Amino acid sequence: MEDFKEETLRDEMVFPADNGQTSITASKTRELIQSEQDLYTLNLGPTHPATHGIFQNVLQMDGEKIISSVPTVGYIHRAFEKLAEHRPFYQITPITDRLNYCSSPINNFGWHMTVEKLLGVEMPKRVDYLRVIVMELARISDHLICNSVLAVDTGALSGFLYVFQMREKIYEIYEEICGARLTTNMGRIGGFERDLSAKAVQKIKDFLIEFPKVWKEFESLLTRNRIFMDRIVGVGAISAEMALDYGFTGPNLRAAGVDYDVRVASPYSSYNDFDFDIPVGENGDTYDRFLVRSAEIWNSLKIINQAFDNLPEGPYHADVPEFYLPPKEEVYNNMEALIYHFKIVMAEIEVPKGEVYHSVEGGNGELGFYLVSDGGRTPYRLHFRRPCFIYYQAYPEMIKGQYLSDAIITMSSMNVIAGELDG
Amino acid sequence: MIKLTSEEILSRIQSAFTEGIVEAYESFGMLTVVFKREINIELLSFLKQDKDLNFHFLTDLCAVHYPDRENEEMGMIYHLHNFFTGTRIRLECFFPIADPTIRTIIPLWNSANWQERETFDFYGVIFEGHPDLRRIVNVDEMDYFPQLKQYPLEDAVREDKNDAMFGR
Repeated sequence: MEDFKEETLRDEMVFPADNGQTSITASKTRELIQSEQDLYTLNLGPTHPATHGIFQNVLQMDGEKIISSVPTVGYIHRAFEKLAEHRPFYQITPITDRLNYCSSPINNFGWHMTVEKLLGVEMPKRVDYLRVIVMELARISDHLICNSVLAVDTGALSGFLYVFQMREKIYEIYEEICGARLTTNMGRIGGFERDLSAKAVQKIKDFLIEFPKVWKEFESLLTRNRIFMDRIVGVGAISAEMALDYGFTGPNLRAAGVDYDVRVASPYSSYNDFDFDIPVGENGDTYDRFLVRSAEIWNSLKIINQAFDNLPEGPYHADVPEFYLPPKEEVYNNMEALIYHFKIVMAEIEVPKGEVYHSVEGGNGELGFYLVSDGGRTPYRLHFRRPCFIYYQAYPEMIKGQYLSDAIITMSSMNVIAGELDG
Repeated sequence: MIKLTSEEILSRIQSAFTEGIVEAYESFGMLTVVFKREINIELLSFLKQDKDLNFHFLTDLCAVHYPDRENEEMGMIYHLHNFFTGTRIRLECFFPIADPTIRTIIPLWNSANWQERETFDFYGVIFEGHPDLRRIVNVDEMDYFPQLKQYPLEDAVREDKNDAMFGR
């Protein structure tokens, strides 16, 4: 009788909870302890706004902790590799736009360079430099999105809205160069379709003056921000060995401390003419990824400045009439141009047979093109080495034992782009 | 670290593997070695662990379908990379589509996991020893391997489109 009384008494006693604000009864506490021993399943995605794309993760949770996760991908698979086997070379450029759509010019030029390697075409210096300028602008816009969205996921919206104005400026430069903004379809096999206009030059100049101030301000908002650092330091860390084992490339690998950058390891498009650093991190965590991307933006600016100052004069495309689409007015007025135009469009040009692998440093890693040509009008086989498809498989390993909210910011700091992942 | 030439790399491979190497050639600046599928793990782990070769990074793996090559319809292509010297190597092996099996290389690189699943998804290559060999980007109910050359680009059962004009 006495025992029973004691039990009820204890149950009705009120204990202060950890934060001292809400109170909790002993019976409630017992209930909580019991329920914590049971795992539950949480379906994160596919259309959760914090996943920035269509990703599904079925998480096994113990309270707020993730025990295991099973990712499902492929929601926006568009069969690019099959499509590419049925299109002439120059019609594949718009497909590459839709891989990593945050930095589509890099993909476009990567594809053009792959075909140029197959054809054995040398680019004039001016084309290389123009490509470098645009590719580095694209890298800035890619990293800018990733870093500012990471801030959004930690709850800081204003920085994101602020730097997006700068992304708009980059898109205006694209627009001036090729007419499109997001899916750029920029340039052609053999160079550019037109020279840099005076307006484009002015816009790039303005950007180079304006952007450093903005990025500096953005960094001063976040880089040493106590709340931001507490939130992301040590979250979603990956060691260098594990990163290499999982095929990491790009900023994510460099954040883990490996100084691998395709621009330096196998230089393309005259990258060896420029002086720039490869920033590396130490711990491979979310904060390091943030810092590496920030530092890369400064280095990209450095490259653009050098390329812009030393921009050589000369033609904006290689002299390869068999592969480079002639300007429209020449097609109408010049017999030879008309013939070449017809031959290129009807794909009656001779293409060497062989296998080519070419890779570029994309926004989020090594973007590779493995092209098998049988001499026909279309590639016999085209395989895209899509960096985030390969490194996203480490995600379950990276978030194991972490909190759910950490899983969200780990994903956004990895810069996983659904379009590229699903191919 | 000294950068090895293609000939030196090849002679090392040939001295380690007396059997199983079919041919080797250079294609657009990349050494390409064709081997028999029976030695895929041994060859790749030799390339990964040999101190001088040190091809420690698996860049890419994919399959290619050549329906016209008898008994060698299916090709597996591996790209390896040595970051330190900046050397790349391509490894190829061919086998009949009637028996599209090859051993998984996940023990060497975890990054092969999804790439092998993708190859299975599109080409039907069976990777022996793969822990989770199921479709990755296509729907689970799909009952064919769409990247094989016999399948047209668009769904063959569709009747609402006439593509005769475009030669597809």
